[in-house]
Amino acid sequence: MSEPLIEIRQVSKSYGNTLILEDMSLSIYDGEFLTLLGPSGCGKTTLLRMISGFEQPDAGEIYIAGRCVNQLPPQQRDVHTVFQSYALFPHLSVFENVAFALRCKKIADSEVRTRVMEALSLVQLEQFAERGIQQLSGGQQQRVAIARAIVNRPQVLLLDEPLSSLDYSLRKAMQSELKQLQKTLNMTFIFVTHDQEEALSMSDRIVILNQGKIAQIGTPRSVYETPRNRYVASFIGEANIFDIDVQNVNGKSLQTIVENVSLSCPNTGDFQAGDRLHLIVRPEDIRVWGLSEIENSDGMLPGKITEIIYKGSTVDLKVKLASGKIISASEFFDEDDDKLEYSPNENVWVQWLPGWEVLLPYEN
Amino acid sequence: MKTKAYSVYILYIWLFLFSFLPLLLVLAVSVLSKDSNKLVTLPLTLSNYAGLFTPVFAKILLRSVLIALLTTGLCLLVAYPFSYFMIKSRHRSLLLLLIIIPFWTSSLIRTYALIAILKYKGLLNALLLKWHIIDAPLSLLYSNFAVISGLVYNLFPFMVLPIVNNMERFDFRLLEAAQDLGASRWAAFTRVFLPGTAAGVLSGCILVFLPAMTLFYIPNVLGGARSILLGNLIQNQFLVLEDWPQGAATSAVLTAILLLLLACYRQQNKGRAR
Amino acid sequence: MKRLGQRFFLGLVLVLLYAPIFILLIYSVNSAKFSLQWQGFSLRWYQELFQDRALWEAFFNSIALGLCASLLATVIGVLTCVNLFISRQKQHALYLLLLLLVIIPDLVLGVSLLIFFNLSQIPLGFFSLLIAHITFCIPFVVLTINARITTMDPNLYFSALDLGASRYLALTRILLPLLWPAVLSAFLLSFTLSFDDVIISYFVAGPDFSILPLAIYSLVRAGVTPELNALCSITFGLSMVLVVISHRLSRKTT
Repeated sequence: MSEPLIEIRQVSKSYGNTLILEDMSLSIYDGEFLTLLGPSGCGKTTLLRMISGFEQPDAGEIYIAGRCVNQLPPQQRDVHTVFQSYALFPHLSVFENVAFALRCKKIADSEVRTRVMEALSLVQLEQFAERGIQQLSGGQQQRVAIARAIVNRPQVLLLDEPLSSLDYSLRKAMQSELKQLQKTLNMTFIFVTHDQEEALSMSDRIVILNQGKIAQIGTPRSVYETPRNRYVASFIGEANIFDIDVQNVNGKSLQTIVENVSLSCPNTGDFQAGDRLHLIVRPEDIRVWGLSEIENSDGMLPGKITEIIYKGSTVDLKVKLASGKIISASEFFDEDDDKLEYSPNENVWVQWLPGWEVLLPYEN
Repeated sequence: MKTKAYSVYILYIWLFLFSFLPLLLVLAVSVLSKDSNKLVTLPLTLSNYAGLFTPVFAKILLRSVLIALLTTGLCLLVAYPFSYFMIKSRHRSLLLLLIIIPFWTSSLIRTYALIAILKYKGLLNALLLKWHIIDAPLSLLYSNFAVISGLVYNLFPFMVLPIVNNMERFDFRLLEAAQDLGASRWAAFTRVFLPGTAAGVLSGCILVFLPAMTLFYIPNVLGGARSILLGNLIQNQFLVLEDWPQGAATSAVLTAILLLLLACYRQQNKGRAR
Repeated sequence: MKRLGQRFFLGLVLVLLYAPIFILLIYSVNSAKFSLQWQGFSLRWYQELFQDRALWEAFFNSIALGLCASLLATVIGVLTCVNLFISRQKQHALYLLLLLLVIIPDLVLGVSLLIFFNLSQIPLGFFSLLIAHITFCIPFVVLTINARITTMDPNLYFSALDLGASRYLALTRILLPLLWPAVLSAFLLSFTLSFDDVIISYFVAGPDFSILPLAIYSLVRAGVTPELNALCSITFGLSMVLVVISHRLSRKTT
């Protein structure tokens, strides 16, 4: 790994008596698409604002390209922001909006023209150059905001929940456009969102924040498949969580009891007999079988269907287990598997393949 | 990026010097004594306040309050239906402008315009005589009637604007809901509309009552020498009698009464908002 | 039928509201001196007015005072509002003080300033009037501009900074152009308030500096004259034009 472009060293920030960020350290590399993910109030926007220069850390330093920028005002940082509300200047045309950053640097008119049109073509809005802002749709305004921020070719582009006000199909389209754009420009994008699906589909790396601290950093896949703690497991994707005790350990696998059924799974965390663990299974990893389909129900949990939600490409089921615990299962329609018709209160068997679960140390 | 709002300090200093401080000085002067040379002098005394506990002052205060109440009531009576019709009308914005114009233009001039109408040989008398409603011209000017007319005429827009503001935000679907539940039109009006617009009415009343107590040139111009209201009294004490301490004391009492009314209004508002 | 009744009521009130002014206007072009009879159209009272030097002096004094006071009040008001908007601080004490200023009757304000000027040895004249006028105009300026500025997205200013503008550029290229209608409207309103003020000016004007409202006031106390009718018609007309312009401006959306 090369030297990080942005380094956040032990940064803390409070508003009044509330601690927003606590002793946070993070390295961001040139050319990556990094997402800050978390619920409202977790500090992601504050972190973004500290990188752009609109907030100062109470403690710690921020380095951009090797230089400490704590005292550097936003105008002088090579970092631009795309705001959630776009903040397009209503009294300027699309062209002038995009040209603004260049005009601040007193760049010659001819060069301004070239660079603005180049930026507009990157977001496919060349014909709209002379239009007023009010004449544009939400999606178009979004793109102008992006063009305006990249025309200067900053080293870093910060995006503060830019897609949150778009409708579903537009959002999906913009997600892939933004990803394409980032690859074309080879610019570092720092993206803030609370939508985990968005984070998973766009990012090179995801930083999951929980109440001012980093819960996990990793690629989308690692964060989804190997969550490090309970928070991440339930924040990203859905999770069925069982609290279990390790009965005994044989070599690379361990024995435990889930819902009065004895199960064996790989000992991924080097756990010992007697350890208390969380056993986490994702709904799509759970297989549901009708009673008539199964002869040997070893290693399967008995349950009863309480809810059936048809979702088009999948069927989500809520199954009530013997102890009363309700778990989620998600099954894809498979034309070969004709048994996908369930009835409420039907008795079923529930299983997952060993190794598809995640084991984590127990947390209170 | 938190920058200090330095130029706000300019405003703070200005307001302190030319607003807060002078008001404090009024209080200070009210407890000093009158002096023919320097206008105010020690010793400190409460005699100025004592001087207000006289039947003369009580009478003036009472008259001022009554006239102000009457003015407020009349304004309300006309302004309430006017506001309602106005927001229902197609020419709403034009009507609003027509109400705003008198609000911001010189009320002295508008008061003066009333003289030509109200005086002995004025227009009103001429019309009444012409239509044989009366036999001899009425002496309308220099009377309570003239003063109240002048006050109502001038302060009417002050009543309309808050009421209109409030009525515009009234959700008229509430009336439909009430009628749907069985209320008669009258009941819907008194039980839903009236309470719903009460906030605007209260604001309007305050905006009329306060000036009605203190505008001195209207009673001066339309009421003549006989009509002494609180505003004229204070004006008199300061500029004619040159008894500043007494004038200051009267002003202080007046302000206290008004602030008390406002405090009651705020209490009402807070209770309502819950 | 009900519609007709409503329109009649509206019309009646408006007629009553504007009739006195209208009558004033008519009599200002009535060639009769004292009678109410119509004796023919005449502009002679306006001519006499134009020759009245004392009134001209008062008129120009009022204009000068109004321009200075509204300019300064607007500048202070704009600076304050913009600064509060940018720094995102809530200044409750300030709003309370401004509210106080609006609530306290002109009478008490005039009296308090009279005492203040006397005790601080500031002579009563142009400067005392200027200070007084600026003081009572400021709350209205702040109110007008705040009404507009609070509907603006603060990120507009911050994004200008983010894109590399200096604070000065962000202010002049982005904030002020968007605020312009409100600023102008506030300026016009202040001017009108200052131009028409009687009560506060009454106490702090002093004997040497004559202003129009006070000149009108003493003439009014003397009685109805045609020349006064002409004067009032002009002054009223001027204020009305300013109010209409200001109203149109404040409703303009970008």
